[in-house]
Amino acid sequence: MAENKLGKQTFIFKNRPKITSACSIVGVKEGQGPLNKWFDMILEEDTFGEKTWEKSESKMLKEAILVALQKSGKNKTEIDVLLCGDLLNQLMSSSFTARDMHIPFIGLYGACSAMTENLLMSSVLVDGDYASNIIAGASSHYCTAERQFRMPLEHGNQRPPSAQWTATAAGVMVITTGKKYESNSPFLKLDDSANLKPPKRICITHGTIGKIIDTGMKDANQMGAAMAPAAVDTILNHFADTGFEPGHYDVILTGDLGLIGKQIAIDLLVDAGFPKEVLDNCYDDCGTMLFDEEQDVHSGASGCGCSASVLSGYVYKKMLQGDINRVLILSTGALLAKISPFQGESIPGIAHAISLEAY
Amino acid sequence: MAKPKATGQPMKTQQEQKKEVAKAYEKYANQFTPKPNYFLNSLKAFIVGGLICTGALIIQNNFIGGGMSKDDASTFVTIILICTAQLLTGFGLFDTIAKFAGAGVIVPITGFANSMVSPAIEYKKEGIVLGVGSKLFSLAGPVLVCGISIATLIGLIYWLTGLF
Repeated sequence: MAENKLGKQTFIFKNRPKITSACSIVGVKEGQGPLNKWFDMILEEDTFGEKTWEKSESKMLKEAILVALQKSGKNKTEIDVLLCGDLLNQLMSSSFTARDMHIPFIGLYGACSAMTENLLMSSVLVDGDYASNIIAGASSHYCTAERQFRMPLEHGNQRPPSAQWTATAAGVMVITTGKKYESNSPFLKLDDSANLKPPKRICITHGTIGKIIDTGMKDANQMGAAMAPAAVDTILNHFADTGFEPGHYDVILTGDLGLIGKQIAIDLLVDAGFPKEVLDNCYDDCGTMLFDEEQDVHSGASGCGCSASVLSGYVYKKMLQGDINRVLILSTGALLAKISPFQGESIPGIAHAISLEAY
Repeated sequence: MAKPKATGQPMKTQQEQKKEVAKAYEKYANQFTPKPNYFLNSLKAFIVGGLICTGALIIQNNFIGGGMSKDDASTFVTIILICTAQLLTGFGLFDTIAKFAGAGVIVPITGFANSMVSPAIEYKKEGIVLGVGSKLFSLAGPVLVCGISIATLIGLIYWLTGLF
């Protein structure tokens, strides 16, 4: 068995790679949602001043990378690798962002599971001493996703109640080797004796690579239901591999299962023996957190940017403030192709888990 | 999730088992899926669709009353419906109306107009020839194929029955 592997699917990052900084940028609709104060930047217009939607998404990702880099206090030349992912064919958004960065680039496709997939691989590279500083990010845009996977934007089609809204969002994190720590946290706290407490450090402790679980579901409007079993499988394997108690984490977040997928995930986890009280206290889904009910997105948000922005914005800042200490976050992806539903294929789901700890 | 029962039947192939699991999971997932309000949606579609057709008829009758021939009047009404749908699509209003009305605006010729204008707007970014030109009929194409094919078939049937 490999030295850094636990159980069947989990890696342990013994050098505890640090998350030095993060940046989240969201679009107009997301900026009107309940988490709006946690994001670093809210676009005034989803075009971001560009002529095509693909350019807008690229610009969002690029801006997020530059801001995260600036916050980390590092120079572009110090970054060893750039790992990005998105939903578009041939990773158009990531590749065209990376061409301006002049950083060694790897594009990873995981559909909406891109963020944790990228964080996982970044952690492997940093923990294994192959890189000292890595930028990992993911983005999605409602307009580019609709254009590619569904109908033209102005088409008068009705979305069923189970449909989810691809989030216009980008999230980026700078991961640094755990061997040498530098703090850049803006959140300094006073302890009981009015002494300045050292700022929280956030590190990545474990990562679990998910397996593809295909439920046979063919309806592309039921993404949440199609991906839920994959998320459940990864969660259960993570706990089995690490041996953690169910209550180990303060928060367990799935990426974009939406309202329906979230309920299915809870039901399946409880059925598998996970205590319901623990789930009620700590489990949530980024897709259900990003929008309000009044915003009428039916089953919730989806897209790489959904989990990327919630993680880089809300979760990261909450951890820096000391409100959350241990998080297990799983970005969930539906690995269908554009033509696979027409060929009668079902939707394969996958979920990769990353566990973060603030100390 | 539903577990397979031991009924003493012969071992199913992997394909058959996969299908069973898929069916069982779909049934399970449906428990959590809110059902659309079919009655209310149908009512909205009926009312809006009816209003469009009634409006079109009023305009047609006015044209005929003004001295136009019936054929010309109906052609002009069709043009008016198509142009209205195109303008509304261009202004970004058609999809908002369609969200409410559904089939009520899609079934009349307004839906066809929208299905051509929306890809035209969308794919303008890829150029006039390879973008707009090739994608213009991407949604309307199947409608034309089915319509023309069925019309040809019915024409043949009429012709054959007319021989006897």
